[in-house]
Amino acid sequence: MSTEIKRRIFLKRSLAAGTVGVAAATGLLAPQQVLAAWNKTAFESKDLPGALKALLGSSDTAESADIKVKAPDIAENGAVVPITVDTSMEGIESITVIASNNPVPLVANFIMGTGALGFVSTRIKMGKTGDVIGVVKAGGKLYSAKKEVKVTIGGCGG
Amino acid sequence: MAKSIKIRAKEKDGVTTVKALMTHPMETGGRKDKKTGKAIPAHFIQEVLCKHNGNTVMTAEWSGGVSKNPYISFKFSGAAKGDEVELSWTDNKGQSDSMTSNIK
Repeated sequence: MSTEIKRRIFLKRSLAAGTVGVAAATGLLAPQQVLAAWNKTAFESKDLPGALKALLGSSDTAESADIKVKAPDIAENGAVVPITVDTSMEGIESITVIASNNPVPLVANFIMGTGALGFVSTRIKMGKTGDVIGVVKAGGKLYSAKKEVKVTIGGCGG
Repeated sequence: MAKSIKIRAKEKDGVTTVKALMTHPMETGGRKDKKTGKAIPAHFIQEVLCKHNGNTVMTAEWSGGVSKNPYISFKFSGAAKGDEVELSWTDNKGQSDSMTSNIK
């Protein structure tokens, strides 16, 4: 994709986000509707490129050494896998956490507000062995890093 | 509703680290009850919002892939000791809770 087109998508997306913000501020939307901003398509998508496209507008990510994904090499219990995504990048808009082999690969999306630094830590479920991918959106572009986690007992099934 | 959030915020060298624990089942909707064989309905936190002095510093959108009783930690700059941080969550059934804490 050329930079020109990317820039357009970025502009479009930020404009759309702005409208929602204004609507919420003026009380046009009830709280329940604001919550609908939660991206249902992305969070229910079963394939990774589709989820990324729905959430971030693109599935093209460039691998970056500036992102560190910290997770255990072997997770004995897939129901609780501690992960940390740390980056020194500037102008971070969001950090997305993906467990590539989960039934629903998109786990969490952290949108950074005023003064937020490129650091998030949480605990996720993993169905089976796979990569944990951290996607960082900075300056309208997507960067990623991954770490393989071996899971001995899955945390998604019954 | 009983308070379901534990939050701690600490400031050091201009960077505030927020750590929070929430009590929530985080049911994906994909699990089945072993006895009845029926699917357990999804019940998970969809959105976590953290504010400092009225400014949103972080919004988290989650799927059911976040562990039960979720833990979250993140950092932000521009806050001083004694400032208030507010953390709130909303789940897919429309339930919510919030908690404020002072930065130490």
